[in-house]
Amino acid sequence: MNPLVLWFYKFGSPPTFYRVAGRLLPWLYAVALITGVIGLYGGLVVAPADYQQGDSFRIIYVHVPCAWMSLFAYAFMAANGFIALVWRIKLSETLAMASAPIGAAFTLITLVTGSLWGKPMWGTWWTWDARLTSELVLLFLYFGVIGLYHAIEDIRQAARAAAFLALIGVVNLPIVHYSVVWWNTLHQGSTVSLMGQSHIAASMLWPLLTLAFATHVYFFASLLARTRAALLTLESGKQWVRTLANPDPIAAEHAHG
Amino acid sequence: MADFFAQDFFRMGGYGVYVWTAYAVFFLVLLADALAPLRQRRRALRELQGRLARQATRKSSA
Repeated sequence: MNPLVLWFYKFGSPPTFYRVAGRLLPWLYAVALITGVIGLYGGLVVAPADYQQGDSFRIIYVHVPCAWMSLFAYAFMAANGFIALVWRIKLSETLAMASAPIGAAFTLITLVTGSLWGKPMWGTWWTWDARLTSELVLLFLYFGVIGLYHAIEDIRQAARAAAFLALIGVVNLPIVHYSVVWWNTLHQGSTVSLMGQSHIAASMLWPLLTLAFATHVYFFASLLARTRAALLTLESGKQWVRTLANPDPIAAEHAHG
Repeated sequence: MADFFAQDFFRMGGYGVYVWTAYAVFFLVLLADALAPLRQRRRALRELQGRLARQATRKSSA
């Protein structure tokens, strides 16, 4: 077998994943925290006030990274859901289901902070325009996936059913992204562009990119932590989990008769 | 410096309530998200330990 495939199978096996993820976790949390604090400092203290929006524009530093993450987490969930449905890889099912609550958290932050930004700038907490409505639909899609996953008794069947729902919901991602282009909306257009010119000063841009990096790292930290916890339940009948739950060798001996 | 924090930093040009609430929501929601897997992991291990203990007593009484 080719070494890459072999590595994938090894890392994809639950006990190896549990161990490797456990060693990575403290580093991921530390990197997310440090870059997050640097980004927040840059956004709240270093960046100058906006000439039109004043200091209210600083909400961008929590709003936009979370909005990006709400889409990224969904894409990650759907990609793992696809792998789970096609190749029936247990780890992919777990990863897909673990990303749903994190994505929902980011979507919730996006909606609430957007509302807090909308009130002073637009004069309203909420409006049923394309960007806001499609982001709300995204939150309901996350709730649907989480709800379906918890509604079915068998964990693996539940994960596959929820992964299928997640795949259908992918159609909403381009709608969220292009809504400010396709429809007339109160929401401002994109400030930062991956290709081409960003419409923002460098002193305002770097904290935003730093926080985008921090939230990505945080996503993977939370994902690994949630996947580890889920694997304990999913594999509770296996020897490696029993040893972990009951490190006392005499008690373990008893349990096995 | 103290003036800067008392006057400008917390007032945020009059938008202080909106800005600080937004940052608080960001922080609190992510904190809740970070604590959830810890709780989940503890619960899974406790359930499993209970099951193993029950199996051990059943084995020894049989």
